[in-house]
Amino acid sequence: MNQKKFFQKVNLRDYVMIAALFLIWVFFTVMTDGTFLVTRNLSNLTRQMAIVGILGTGMVLVIITGNIDLSVGSVMGALGGIAAALHIWNGVGPYATLVIILIGGAIIGAGQGVIISYFKVPAFIVTLGGLLVFRGVLLGVTKGISIAPFDEAIKYFGQAYIPPVVGWGIAAIGYVGWVILRLRNRRSRQKYGFELDPLLAFAMKAIGVLILIFGVVGILNSYKGIPVPVFVMIALVLILTFIAEHTVFGRSIYAMGGNLEATRYSGIKVERNLVIVYIINGVMAATAGIILAARLNAGTPTAGYTLELDAIAAAVIGGASMTGGTGKVAGAILGALFMASIDNGMSIMNLDAYWQFIVKGTILVVAVWFDIYSSKKK
Amino acid sequence: MDEVVLRMTNITKDFPGVRALDSVNLTVQRGEIHAICGENGAGKSTLIKILGGIHPAGSYNGDVHLDGESCHFGNTSDAERRGVVCIHQELELIPELSVGENVFLGNYPSRFGIVQWERVFSDTRTLLKRVGLDHESDVEGRTISPQERIINLGIGQKQLVEIAKALVRNARVLVLDEPTAALTTTEVDTLLRIIDGLRQKGITCIYISHRLDEVIRIADTVTILRDGRSVQTRPVREITKNEIISMMVGRELKNLFPREEHTRGEVVLEVENFSVQDPDISNRKLIENVSFRAYRGEILGVAGLMGAGRTELFSSVFGTFPAKKEGVVRISGKIVRIENAVDALSHGIFLVTEDRKRFGLVLGMDIKENTTLASLRQVSSMGRIDESLEVHQTDELVKRLNTKTASVESKVRTLSGGNQQKVVLQKALMTKPQVLILDEPTRGIDVGAKFEIYKIMNKLVDEGVVIIMISSEMEEILGMSDRILVMSDGVFTAEFDREEASQEEIMRASIGGRQ
Repeated sequence: MNQKKFFQKVNLRDYVMIAALFLIWVFFTVMTDGTFLVTRNLSNLTRQMAIVGILGTGMVLVIITGNIDLSVGSVMGALGGIAAALHIWNGVGPYATLVIILIGGAIIGAGQGVIISYFKVPAFIVTLGGLLVFRGVLLGVTKGISIAPFDEAIKYFGQAYIPPVVGWGIAAIGYVGWVILRLRNRRSRQKYGFELDPLLAFAMKAIGVLILIFGVVGILNSYKGIPVPVFVMIALVLILTFIAEHTVFGRSIYAMGGNLEATRYSGIKVERNLVIVYIINGVMAATAGIILAARLNAGTPTAGYTLELDAIAAAVIGGASMTGGTGKVAGAILGALFMASIDNGMSIMNLDAYWQFIVKGTILVVAVWFDIYSSKKK
Repeated sequence: MDEVVLRMTNITKDFPGVRALDSVNLTVQRGEIHAICGENGAGKSTLIKILGGIHPAGSYNGDVHLDGESCHFGNTSDAERRGVVCIHQELELIPELSVGENVFLGNYPSRFGIVQWERVFSDTRTLLKRVGLDHESDVEGRTISPQERIINLGIGQKQLVEIAKALVRNARVLVLDEPTAALTTTEVDTLLRIIDGLRQKGITCIYISHRLDEVIRIADTVTILRDGRSVQTRPVREITKNEIISMMVGRELKNLFPREEHTRGEVVLEVENFSVQDPDISNRKLIENVSFRAYRGEILGVAGLMGAGRTELFSSVFGTFPAKKEGVVRISGKIVRIENAVDALSHGIFLVTEDRKRFGLVLGMDIKENTTLASLRQVSSMGRIDESLEVHQTDELVKRLNTKTASVESKVRTLSGGNQQKVVLQKALMTKPQVLILDEPTRGIDVGAKFEIYKIMNKLVDEGVVIIMISSEMEEILGMSDRILVMSDGVFTAEFDREEASQEEIMRASIGGRQ
């Protein structure tokens, strides 16, 4: 019974994704004589995936509602450029800059969300317009040149590492937090007299999570520590996963994507919820914009170019369906890791960059085909 | 003239769980107008879908003979090739294209693959003349150009364009399904005149209508269907309207309903001078100035034919019908404004719609997620859902409604129709409504589940819930209602207490209409 339930929850698709990721890792390790698995490279890999990962987690929520956001690449670029202009040219303090940029992301998201939700202009069009508008804003703000350099306080978000000791501390707190949440859940189930997983299964799961958390932190620590962008990404994933899976708001957006009319008839404020989804996505774009600018140590006129497509691909490879109603926040991280692995592995193999586009494009289509194929079989 | 053009014999058609047609016979003479009458669900639409090739040969039993030849239509083009053209109630014109493009759609005259547009438009002009949409036969500004886009036409004009389109297809048997449902009196006159003209040209017409006055005025012969069987075929001049009505409804009522005595309490819902605009046709009201009251402790049945406006009225009251409305709604004496479902739920009204897949359920979600969707606040604190509480509450409702499922985490998609409907009811009950509007609550579900739903309704009424039940099933209306309102063409035409209501009276009021 428990085993059956476990397999129901972790479906075939998740296994195939993890198996495929494992296979390409083995492939790249062999092809690069082990360079791919060196801790320095793994640390780099996680840092590379962070920006698409953050954009992807916001994008998943948008896609779950059955909508799309094509503007995030331009929006993150524009906000990064504005951050540079404010901070470097106009002397605005680093923390004030961060706050302004995050609020700016929220406002942009709210604006596009209102046009989509209340004025009923299709999301594809509104955000396609946004893609052009904010690309223009970026060029205007930066006057077509790179603005550099940033203060240490901002560079921290793109370039720094969390000291290993602190990293271990975070791992420990995270793990204890997970155990407490699980135990509370067990107690709640007990209260209503539901069947509980046997203690042995629970303990095995706990050991698995322990190995996963400390393993990842250990690998990152054996280089320089957890890269700050990766830490930010993980924090955001946890927050958004909680929102998506355990809150009234999260349940409502899944329902909206599954059947908008039935959700409306159930007395849920669907228009307002959609605006909030776009606000969250705008804040994600702002965060990604800051991290990118900080990593490059400059606001550049090409920042974020076509990254909206990577974000969509990450969400879709991670299991979000373009028709809405399904998708997981954590899936987008897996999708981002998948694509970052391909980029990273192929560049270590010294393959020309064009191959990365061809391979990523093919994988995107194959992943979606597999989804359709496996859901038909059910 | 006495020459059979169409003979359908022993037509039987089964849908999962229901027999829609049971050995139906239909014989149509060449050049006559043959009316088919029957209640909702009597099998009229199914019969013409078989004739028109929508239900292909092989999916039904029985024979279709056209001009004495056996026919096996696999699709609509097979039927049209033999001259059988159906015009359905929902017109199938493409709004963005011109009249000419629509009339010749799929039949464009061409040379080497290039459409000869001059011919399309000049031939269209000739055809428009035949259906009375040109200068000479124009009555009241109905002139239209072949280049005019369909979107700019009135509903009556569209109907005539459909007939022109049928003529291009060399229709010898023209099937019209409720052609006058949305037309004004003058438009009806024009349409009937055109059909009469076609009869004189030897075109046979099968005419399906609820409007018995029209049937008597235009048809030569009438066939009456009831509960999927053909009752009788008679020349119209030998029959009266009342005879037709008796044959349409003349079934024996079996006591299949768990009827209980309820005690009527105070007024809960009061609707006064309520009107609803037609969202598609300007200057037409779907609902015109209706008033009614619903009392605690009663089941208020709302009878009527399909398209009478019942769904539109109640979804407007609930705040989800996308059209302008006016009028006053009171709940327990207080005037309330209901602009959307959020408002309705906050006043304790819940609507179970007739289309559960479109408006009732999120099919990809599981039972508990659907059950709690309208009452997430009850199972959450500070925005966080307590999943154990959610499962617990859903479990109780599953037990109460006897919903058959392995787990509350089964996807609703995998359930049978009856169990899906029970999940919708679970969602409704979870909100603890004081007014529960049920639109066709037992449509398309099996007898066992039906009976259980009736028992739940009785129980709710005893608990003080006001139930308004819209139903097109005469037996259900008579079997379950404490009081019956009959709607026709956007107005209430009669009100009965359960003791005084009869099938004939309800049917007569149903085809009454606005005067």
